[in-house]
Amino acid sequence: MRLSAEERAILAGERGEAARRALEYQVKVGEFWGAERFVPVTNVHMMGDIEVMGDGGLAWLKDTAGLGARCAVATTTNARCFDFAHCAKLGQDAGEAAKERELIATLRRMDVVTTDTCINYQTVYQPHLGEHVAWGDTGTVIYANSVFGARSNFESGPAALAAAVTGRTPEYGFHLDEHRKGSFAVELRATLDDLADWGAVGKLVGEPHQSYFSVPVFHGYRRSPSADELKHLGAALASYGSMGMFHFVGVTPEAPSLEAALGGRASPERVVITDADIDRVYASYGLGGGDARLVVFSGPQQSLFEMKQLAALFEGRKVQDGTQCFVTTNGAVLAQARSLGYAGALEAAGVTILEGVCFYILQNLSAMRAANGWKNLVSNSAKIVNIIGAHRFNTILRRTRDCVDIACSGALR
Amino acid sequence: MKIAVERAYGEAVEGEAVVSEEGFSPRYDLDRWSGTITKPGHKLEGTSLRDKICFFPTAKGGIAAGWAFYDIKWKKIAPKAFIFGVTNPVMVQGAVFAGITITEGWSPQPQGLVRTRDWVRVDPAAKLVEVMRRRQ
Repeated sequence: MRLSAEERAILAGERGEAARRALEYQVKVGEFWGAERFVPVTNVHMMGDIEVMGDGGLAWLKDTAGLGARCAVATTTNARCFDFAHCAKLGQDAGEAAKERELIATLRRMDVVTTDTCINYQTVYQPHLGEHVAWGDTGTVIYANSVFGARSNFESGPAALAAAVTGRTPEYGFHLDEHRKGSFAVELRATLDDLADWGAVGKLVGEPHQSYFSVPVFHGYRRSPSADELKHLGAALASYGSMGMFHFVGVTPEAPSLEAALGGRASPERVVITDADIDRVYASYGLGGGDARLVVFSGPQQSLFEMKQLAALFEGRKVQDGTQCFVTTNGAVLAQARSLGYAGALEAAGVTILEGVCFYILQNLSAMRAANGWKNLVSNSAKIVNIIGAHRFNTILRRTRDCVDIACSGALR
Repeated sequence: MKIAVERAYGEAVEGEAVVSEEGFSPRYDLDRWSGTITKPGHKLEGTSLRDKICFFPTAKGGIAAGWAFYDIKWKKIAPKAFIFGVTNPVMVQGAVFAGITITEGWSPQPQGLVRTRDWVRVDPAAKLVEVMRRRQ
């Protein structure tokens, strides 16, 4: 890689050992991908929680903080694995909760803003067209690249933290024009009136085109999609397809037309999504013995409008005895949802609202599943239906209203 | 039998191959406390990846690999190398961070040429993967 004078100085230790190690690590990653240089970033969003980091990661983080690591740019955190107000009730491990608190304190010492959200793009920071950022999780990255036209690769926790400390990231992947053109066109003829339908599109398009550098171009849709709809589409594309970007003609900033989004090339295939395709997705899930005792609205965290919709759907109803229903969101949304009465309506219906977490990240989830005897997990999130497999749930995607009906009836259909 | 790879990082390593027809994510597929694939229905369900040379056609998901690879290395249940057909940045960031050998791009494709439990050697400097011994 070609290094600037400032970068050479960092490697010489002039900004301290933590920055030197961070840049050295970034050079190795950049060289793997053939990056020629670094680009400055304005914002970093990182994953860091004890469930995924483990004792080794926490020890590393404390060492790094001890070396004087400090964020050079604004840095926020993704959803974490504990809502401390609920960890005892959920049967989570008190020792691990203590480590999580230590981890949070360490991040704050490094000047990380612990927002604990996977919807930073809806609630914290909206980068502009062409702005270079270093974000993770995948749902945040695909939203940044696609909807804002900002530029980020999937940045894992250590990579994002390195970018926070050095204020830059290697220029490869979606930082480069050459990777931002559409790979194939997808005509959307389906109605898509529920958020789960948008996740189903992500599954249908992502699964058979599994590649980080595959960029679908959606066109032909009958109306302008909402931010929440694009959120579920992006999260599912990233989850099923490991994709980091999509275009939506007339909606996203680098897709004024199908031709422009494809960079003047013809689409190598013709993909059409119809209502029948979406129906087939819902029909594809095995219901096992019909267990309907776990319904989850999470992955990504709920926006204020999702909270509002759920509050309306649960109004005057009760979660069935023996069934548990979880909603996850971030602190900012929850505060507003409380003041607006949405959170109260959900809690009155027997819904458990978890703050600052995503359900699939929860510490001790496999043991929680076993202790509760949960077999099936029902959700309107195509992402969580895909991502939670290692915890051995049988997962079922259903539309939002159907999820609420299942939670309140205890009957799966 | 030799396979050329396009990109590579890490030390030269040898070990038993695990060849997957399915993509990989440490979050979606792997029990990070035992090092075993636990996702129901995964074609490698029940297979331990500890000390293995793992061939995966694609990467699935996910940001988790960045910390997860370091975590499983710390727990001494990590593979020796990941050999990907197509990978994503997170797998590379995670492998580099954990000091696990990783490669991307292969010619010819290993499926059908390398079998699970063959003994293979990965040489990142030479950008080569070689079958040293066939399984008995």
